[in-house]
Amino acid sequence: MPLKDGRFLKKIIGHMNKSATRALIPLGIFLALAALLFYGLQLDPRKIPSPLVDKPAPDFTLESLKDPSQTLTKDVLLGKVSLVNVWASWCPSCRQEHGELMRIARRNPSIQVVGFNWKDTRPEALQMLTQFGDPYAVSIYDPNNHSGIDWGVYGAPETFIVDAEGIIRHKHVGPIDAQVWEQEIRPIVEQYQAKKS
Amino acid sequence: MTARTPKLMPAALALAGALTLGTAHAYTLEEFTFEDPSQTTEFRDLIGELRCLVCQNESLAGSQASVAQDLRNEVYRMMQEGKTRDEVVDFLVARYGDFVLYEPPIKPSTYFLWFGPFIFFALGGFLLMRAIQRKKAEPEQDLSDAERARLQQLLADTNKKD
Repeated sequence: MPLKDGRFLKKIIGHMNKSATRALIPLGIFLALAALLFYGLQLDPRKIPSPLVDKPAPDFTLESLKDPSQTLTKDVLLGKVSLVNVWASWCPSCRQEHGELMRIARRNPSIQVVGFNWKDTRPEALQMLTQFGDPYAVSIYDPNNHSGIDWGVYGAPETFIVDAEGIIRHKHVGPIDAQVWEQEIRPIVEQYQAKKS
Repeated sequence: MTARTPKLMPAALALAGALTLGTAHAYTLEEFTFEDPSQTTEFRDLIGELRCLVCQNESLAGSQASVAQDLRNEVYRMMQEGKTRDEVVDFLVARYGDFVLYEPPIKPSTYFLWFGPFIFFALGGFLLMRAIQRKKAEPEQDLSDAERARLQQLLADTNKKD
């Protein structure tokens, strides 16, 4: 059918004189514009590119989620490629990605999975980790969005890839699933792990 | 009519209640007070021009989202510390990107956005002018003597048939 249509069109154009062919230009422009706008519709306006990519991770001084007496700083991110996962117990998408984070942490001991507990309460956060498992090697606790603003966090879940020098290399907005891990996150993680050695 | 009045009363009260609730979110801005009233105006103008990233069609001033509240507090704190408007905007852009601004800055990646309409306007004007000029240049095509004679003949034939 498309072939037939194509031939048909060619035949019509062949019979037309120059000015009639010229009349088709607006149609061409319209189709190009329609294609552009249709492409725009496929983009997710919630995915806002972060200006922090390729910049040093912001400093922070926050309590550990598990031990209030322990203070954590940016130093915990140095020396290893880290996945900094912003999460909260009130966030359904965080629960959705929880299983995948567990798998990533279990299968990739060379990656440091860091929990950035955000705008949450300690008992509820700890309860979720007890109930569904704890994928985090380090858990940072930011109940009042003190450092979340510095990291440009505007929702949970969000995940940052931070290299061994403490530089943010990528930001993923939304839950991580197997496909996001394999196609988006893993290649970048491996690229920076290779660089380190 | 008088019998109906008691029935209308609860409705009127409900309406009044709904209207009061409707203004509740504007009231939350009252908590941000400055000693200098001009600073209060500046604060409100500024948060009106910053976009809430969660509910993207709302400004920081209008959004009920929790993150918007945090950012309002942050802007308030910075202004209380005497930071200028530009410093506050730079602080937010460094963290959230140009997206927080309702009005995108003029820079190479936004040239097309800012100047595109003028380019298209000029292009359209140029094409229109050219089309008009071309129409003018074309000579009026008149009938030749032979054609005129034939036209007369045809008209005469038609009249005869009637």
